[in-house]
Amino acid sequence: MTKSKKRKSSEGLKSLSASLLCILGGILVGFIVLAVLSIFNPKIGFAEAIRGIMIVLGGPFSGGGNSLFQLGNMLFNATPLILTGLSACIAFKTGLFNIGAPGQYLMGAMVTLIVALSLPSSSMPVALIWVLAFVSGTLAGALWGAIPGFFKAYLNVNEVIVCIMTNWIAANVVSWVFNGSRFINVAETKVNFIMKTTANNIATPTFGLDQLFSGGSVSSYADISIFIAALVAIGLYIMMNKTTFGYELKACGFNRDGAKYTGMNEKRNLLLAMAIAGGLAAMGASLWCLNGHQDFKWDTYQTLPTDGFNGIPAALLAGNNPIAIIFTSIFLKYINVGGSNLAANTAFNEYVSQLMVAMIVYFSGFARYISSIVGKKKKSLQEIESEIKMTKEEKK
Amino acid sequence: MIFILQKTLIFTIPLLIVALAGMFAERSGIINIALDGIMIFGAFIGAVVTLVLRQNIPFFVDHNQLMFVVAMIAATLAGALFSLLLSISAVKFKADQTIAGTALNLLAPAIALFFIKVFTSKDQLEMGTAVDSLGQRQDFGFVIQNKEATGIFAVLFDKAYISTYIAIVLFIILSIFLYKTKTGLRLRACGEHPQAADSVGINVYKMRYLGTTISGALGGFGGYLYIATVANGTASGAVAGMGFLAMAIMIFGNWSPLGVAFGSLMFGFLKCLSVVYNQIPFTKQLNLPMYFYNIIPYLVVLIVLGISSSKSRAPKAEGIPYDKGSR
Repeated sequence: MTKSKKRKSSEGLKSLSASLLCILGGILVGFIVLAVLSIFNPKIGFAEAIRGIMIVLGGPFSGGGNSLFQLGNMLFNATPLILTGLSACIAFKTGLFNIGAPGQYLMGAMVTLIVALSLPSSSMPVALIWVLAFVSGTLAGALWGAIPGFFKAYLNVNEVIVCIMTNWIAANVVSWVFNGSRFINVAETKVNFIMKTTANNIATPTFGLDQLFSGGSVSSYADISIFIAALVAIGLYIMMNKTTFGYELKACGFNRDGAKYTGMNEKRNLLLAMAIAGGLAAMGASLWCLNGHQDFKWDTYQTLPTDGFNGIPAALLAGNNPIAIIFTSIFLKYINVGGSNLAANTAFNEYVSQLMVAMIVYFSGFARYISSIVGKKKKSLQEIESEIKMTKEEKK
Repeated sequence: MIFILQKTLIFTIPLLIVALAGMFAERSGIINIALDGIMIFGAFIGAVVTLVLRQNIPFFVDHNQLMFVVAMIAATLAGALFSLLLSISAVKFKADQTIAGTALNLLAPAIALFFIKVFTSKDQLEMGTAVDSLGQRQDFGFVIQNKEATGIFAVLFDKAYISTYIAIVLFIILSIFLYKTKTGLRLRACGEHPQAADSVGINVYKMRYLGTTISGALGGFGGYLYIATVANGTASGAVAGMGFLAMAIMIFGNWSPLGVAFGSLMFGFLKCLSVVYNQIPFTKQLNLPMYFYNIIPYLVVLIVLGISSSKSRAPKAEGIPYDKGSR
């Protein structure tokens, strides 16, 4: 018992140290790019490169006086990323690649906004409308996600291709539905955006978080949605690791045929996994829209939401551990904020942070290789210890 | 009709080349999900080379077509180099190919946009400035005009790009290479059953490097074709998801050159409908919104796949790092 526990904790330590190595590597590459640029560009000094990397690493704390405000916005912006990360995670665990999160995200946003803005807040409790909007948005995403699941399970079509097709279909459907509709924010003359849900008095409760994280008089977007996302992550962790259904999903991921021959309904499981993945991505969009202060760009047929794609690196960095996704998502947004502070304060720009994230993800692919090196050293130490023990026992 | 076919051809060519790129990688056993990133990187380098040449060497200003070819070669080399990041991690370090590919997809726009913004303070790089009567940016003038041509000749030889011919020739040569040569057969064997290939003395690692590098080269080439022809000479750190589309076309085409050619032609045609539907009397009469025509190509691909899916077969060993020890 204790031995297996010990091994588990040492494995966890190993993967943590491997992750930290990846992050260090990414930061190093970012610094090298800044340094090289400062050497070749006479207008930028080397000291500027050092200052630049410190600003990126400072995240919301390097933006001058309003770090609390930036921190609050960062936490809020991490919310949809956590959920799209979970969406990618459950698909990965089932052996699927959910690159369709952007489309599921858009469908969720569309339905949430329509419900939240259509139901009369004068005659219905606001909390009920919030719940209805949240649930219906999530369900819309689940249905949208079920399409690639259905194609994969029952028609044997690669889920990647269906996800890509449904992404662009969703982008056009959303633009089509909102085009010329009454939901467009004409009142504030923002014709490219949909009305904020606060126009119908719908907003996620903040419990004073927006005041707590504020820059003096301006409150941030912080609300309780990040806690909702964290709860969902914990729920997903329990589902994947402690329930029969989670076990079946993982079995499908390891070996689809094997799962089938042990009597599991592998087709149903694939379909459900994709539906849940779609629901999770849409949940992220729902929470983002229901914040009440966000402008949703409706004419989106040429672009897909980046948070949809970035769920994949968030999940990969976390090694597909739902709990770890909470932290990797916050970390990604942290570096993001650092990047925009960098653009505001130096001659460099925000894309350095994106570059660093890319390199961190790249190095994380080597995680197994790195941890095998780290592991070898540790094992040899343990072996020596056990050998010493053995010899002592023999002497006795 | 000729106008539509001309447009279709312009749309089809980048898809065709990049789908072939995906095929080469997957046939050798490496899933190249990084096609989008490789395209962006190739497009970026091609645009930089074009701008640098034009600003510094007057010879190339007078010889537009030559400059175009040089930029294509640069983009091709850039794509091949960039794909080494994928093949090294996937072949040497046996890393998860999805992770490496995702990383490259993040990396390419980051690099491109970082340098574009540092040097120009803008978010995009424009290769041409003056617009001619056809709406083409003339000063990287790739357009061949041949007004006397009619019928199929007009499609192929009027308002065409020299890149179109290069791409078609490349496509044919590489398809023959993959199916009719010893190396091509060996490459495909490594994607189906690497252990068997190894047992008869084929170096699996070498073949996978070869497949991915050809894939990267074609990806970079296709990326530059995309910005030079479809995107009107603008490199902006994005290729509108063309890399992923090409991947979809590759799966649609069942990992075979003919299937890929058919798929990209069909998709190119449907896609160009959404650009020209306003100029065709019949579709104009229907009075449907643009979004409808945008959806059609994706919907048709889904329906066709749903009907014909039982025949679909991916290379057996794709995505699995080759380990000599495993059986």
